[in-house]
Amino acid sequence: MNSILVSTVIFTMMSAIFALLLTIADRTVNNYGEVKITINDEKELNVKGGSSLLSTLIEEKIFIPSACGGKGTCGYCKVEVQDGGGPILATELPFMSEEDLANHKRLSCQCKLKQDIKIHIPEELFNVREYDAVVENITDLTETIKLLRFRLPEGAEISFKPGQYVQLKAPLYEGNDEEVYRAYSIASSPSNKKFLELVIGYVPQGIATTYVHRHLEIGDPVYINGPFGDFYYQDNDREMVMAATGTGVAPILSLLNYMKENDIKRKARFYFGAKKPEDLFMLDYFKELEETMYDFKFIPSLSRVTEEDNWTGEVGRVDKAINKFLEDGDNKEAYLCGNAPMIDSVVQVLTSKGIPEELIYYDKF
Amino acid sequence: MIELNPMIIFVAAIFTNNMIFSNFLGMCSYIAVSKEISTSLGLGEAVTFVLACTSVINYLIYYYILVPLNLEFLRFIIFIVSIAAFVQLLEMILERYLPNLYYALGIFLPLITVNCAILGVSLFMIIRNYTFLQSFAFSIGAGVGWTLAIVALAGIRQRIKLDSVPAGLRGPGIALITTGLMALAFMGFSGIVQIQ
Repeated sequence: MNSILVSTVIFTMMSAIFALLLTIADRTVNNYGEVKITINDEKELNVKGGSSLLSTLIEEKIFIPSACGGKGTCGYCKVEVQDGGGPILATELPFMSEEDLANHKRLSCQCKLKQDIKIHIPEELFNVREYDAVVENITDLTETIKLLRFRLPEGAEISFKPGQYVQLKAPLYEGNDEEVYRAYSIASSPSNKKFLELVIGYVPQGIATTYVHRHLEIGDPVYINGPFGDFYYQDNDREMVMAATGTGVAPILSLLNYMKENDIKRKARFYFGAKKPEDLFMLDYFKELEETMYDFKFIPSLSRVTEEDNWTGEVGRVDKAINKFLEDGDNKEAYLCGNAPMIDSVVQVLTSKGIPEELIYYDKF
Repeated sequence: MIELNPMIIFVAAIFTNNMIFSNFLGMCSYIAVSKEISTSLGLGEAVTFVLACTSVINYLIYYYILVPLNLEFLRFIIFIVSIAAFVQLLEMILERYLPNLYYALGIFLPLITVNCAILGVSLFMIIRNYTFLQSFAFSIGAGVGWTLAIVALAGIRQRIKLDSVPAGLRGPGIALITTGLMALAFMGFSGIVQIQ
């Protein structure tokens, strides 16, 4: 009995002494006073130093995309640091290309604020807001893909370009002990400022997709921030070649909705690639768009059909269908969204047809 | 027990009783950070430094607090706490006052908190009843030996990278096999000195 008491007391005391030492050190050694962040040479913020650039910017409501929440494992939170960031750390190097290094990019979660700092971030990031949204509707598109509709809080509006994405926070739940953010393209039209629609597929063992598919119900609150991304509608009159597989259809839907609502008179072709007929979704809607839009054709293509499927459409991967229907690359631009092998093979076909690489916009996941 | 000269313990900790090759301790950072010689040297230096400091701290805690109170069994948990606290403290101090050293070593410090070689050294010095000087020599020797092992592995891995290793063995697999062969080679030192 006595030894239990003594050991508890001693252990508590020792922990308390260490904690006290660390707290004192945190207040004195780790106190960098007030530092000034200059953003894009115009905006100035006076903040408390000592934490990472990422977390300080988030506290100031400037949202830098980050999927891992500041652990230095995703490499998304790159920011151009012009002055005052100190040397680049070995923990950042694996995420940096030579171009990034030449442009003074840093991972903002690894860059600690110790002195006045000058950074440059894309203007769009000022437009990023956080939203406490509510799940309004969940529709099963296929067995593994759901369409979710979120209602933004009273008075809040989101303005984004068709094709951009938002980040959804996956909170702690049974079987998940870390909070992560995952990026999902917006499927709804930008004219709809009070709602967001996302298309989310189920990935076995995926933290966020398990949360969405197994735990999320209508009426549940969710935390979303955005919009982000440089994949969006380009305003010109080139013919559009769109291709998507799986949940990659989401940004294309946003593009099409936007074009339909604004009655944009551009020729557009959409190639939807899937394995089997049951992996395709919203077919009726795309057929309807063929009727209502100016010059739109919808071309689904299946790579694993059997005779029992009675499939009359295209057979093979999307790049095969594009190769068949696309005559040449004159005055055309492309919007692609899907996994890396699909994007790579489609880019190859498009460039061989003569579409220059700078006119091929894609979102790889 | 024969009183061992601290120098003998120092040499033994590097060659015959190497933390990696005879105890297989501290493997996670050993495998993870041994892709390049320069970074593994940095990590090795940081490990050596932390080992030297924590062995002193833990020696004092054990013999002046735990032993008088008959609380020797608490050593595992207390050592872990003191190592974690010390590493955190060290990181803050380095970052503020010795930024150059911080950029070279400091970023490895969070990895070291959970490096079991550090705890292993603190526990070995207790189990083997080392005196203060012996403990200190042992901890520095263990650190140098750990550095030697990780730098040697990094050198080998830089060469293996150019070879066609079977797909299933690439990365940690071949590194572990290499470590096993290196451990066999280090057994050749076992005639020099012996500590238990």
